[in-house]
Amino acid sequence: MIPTPNLSHLTAKDFERVYEPAEDTFLLLDALENDAEDLKSSLPLICLEIGSGSGCVSAFIGTLLGPSSALYLCTDINTHACQCTVATGRQNKVCLESVGTYLDRSLHTRLKHCVDLLVFNPPYVPTNSVEAESAQTSPAIASAWAGGVNGMELTNTFLKLAPVGLLEENPRELLAPQGRFYLVAVKENNIPNILATMLNEHNLAGKVVLRRRAGREHLHILRFEKQASQVQT
Amino acid sequence: MVRLITHNLLSCHAKGCTTNNFPLKFKDAEMEHREADFNPEFIRGLLPKIEWKALVDTAKELGDTSLPDEQPEMMDDELLKTLHRVLLEMHVEEGQMICPNCNHVYPISNGIPNMLLAEHEIA
Repeated sequence: MIPTPNLSHLTAKDFERVYEPAEDTFLLLDALENDAEDLKSSLPLICLEIGSGSGCVSAFIGTLLGPSSALYLCTDINTHACQCTVATGRQNKVCLESVGTYLDRSLHTRLKHCVDLLVFNPPYVPTNSVEAESAQTSPAIASAWAGGVNGMELTNTFLKLAPVGLLEENPRELLAPQGRFYLVAVKENNIPNILATMLNEHNLAGKVVLRRRAGREHLHILRFEKQASQVQT
Repeated sequence: MVRLITHNLLSCHAKGCTTNNFPLKFKDAEMEHREADFNPEFIRGLLPKIEWKALVDTAKELGDTSLPDEQPEMMDDELLKTLHRVLLEMHVEEGQMICPNCNHVYPISNGIPNMLLAEHEIA
């Protein structure tokens, strides 16, 4: 049993500006913990979390894999979230490398084919587009949840920008050949459609590894891997 | 935290800036040294992902001349320890990173690099 990261250093004030870990976060932790043995034996070197918020998930991954075993890169568009991520790393004795940026920008070129573990808990709540867009341009707490049409606007942007497993010439291919990608989604995001699109357009085989109902939300954790035929040796 | 491992993975992504946009150049860097657990296997694993020249040049700019200009073929423990120190223990807490191509300035504050661009600067 891997303990949930200690977040006692973060205050209610922090959570006015940064997403406070909730059921979606915990479901993601559970999915990662279920895969702990596999993840450890694949010896990941570079982990990247998009939208790390409080830093809870990456701190958990760091504890799971071992603080000195991998590089834990975290991005967030909200610089206060970046500060919280670093603080949470310190509190849990994992060095989290926080970068203030949009999705994977500024890292995508050098990280091509390098990311062994990619994690994204996107803003998945369906809202109108204007709300989602303004949330991303003036990043505050809403940038953590406002997902636009079907809750998929930012997820789609990321999947298009970083179509892990896409053709060789695509510069934004992040995943290493044996890399894994975990994505949080809700039912409204149209999960069969996400799985089909990822497979058809990006050659990434995905499946739902965990699901749970939390209030109104039907939460799902999706895990993607490159298809066997796509793995380059 | 901008450790040199992270710096070695960052490039400028401003609109139209696609060549000679790596490595970013530190300016007014305030450094801190923080010890980290040495894991030789991790350093060995990272090596193929490191741009050696960028690392050596950057370390030199920051006053550390402990790495050889050419990447040695054989990595002994001594060298792995040096790499560990340079890649993982040198933290730039404050300062700026400047693109060698377009001169875009990315500030570092409280150890966090701000790579965000304004709307008109996005590629």
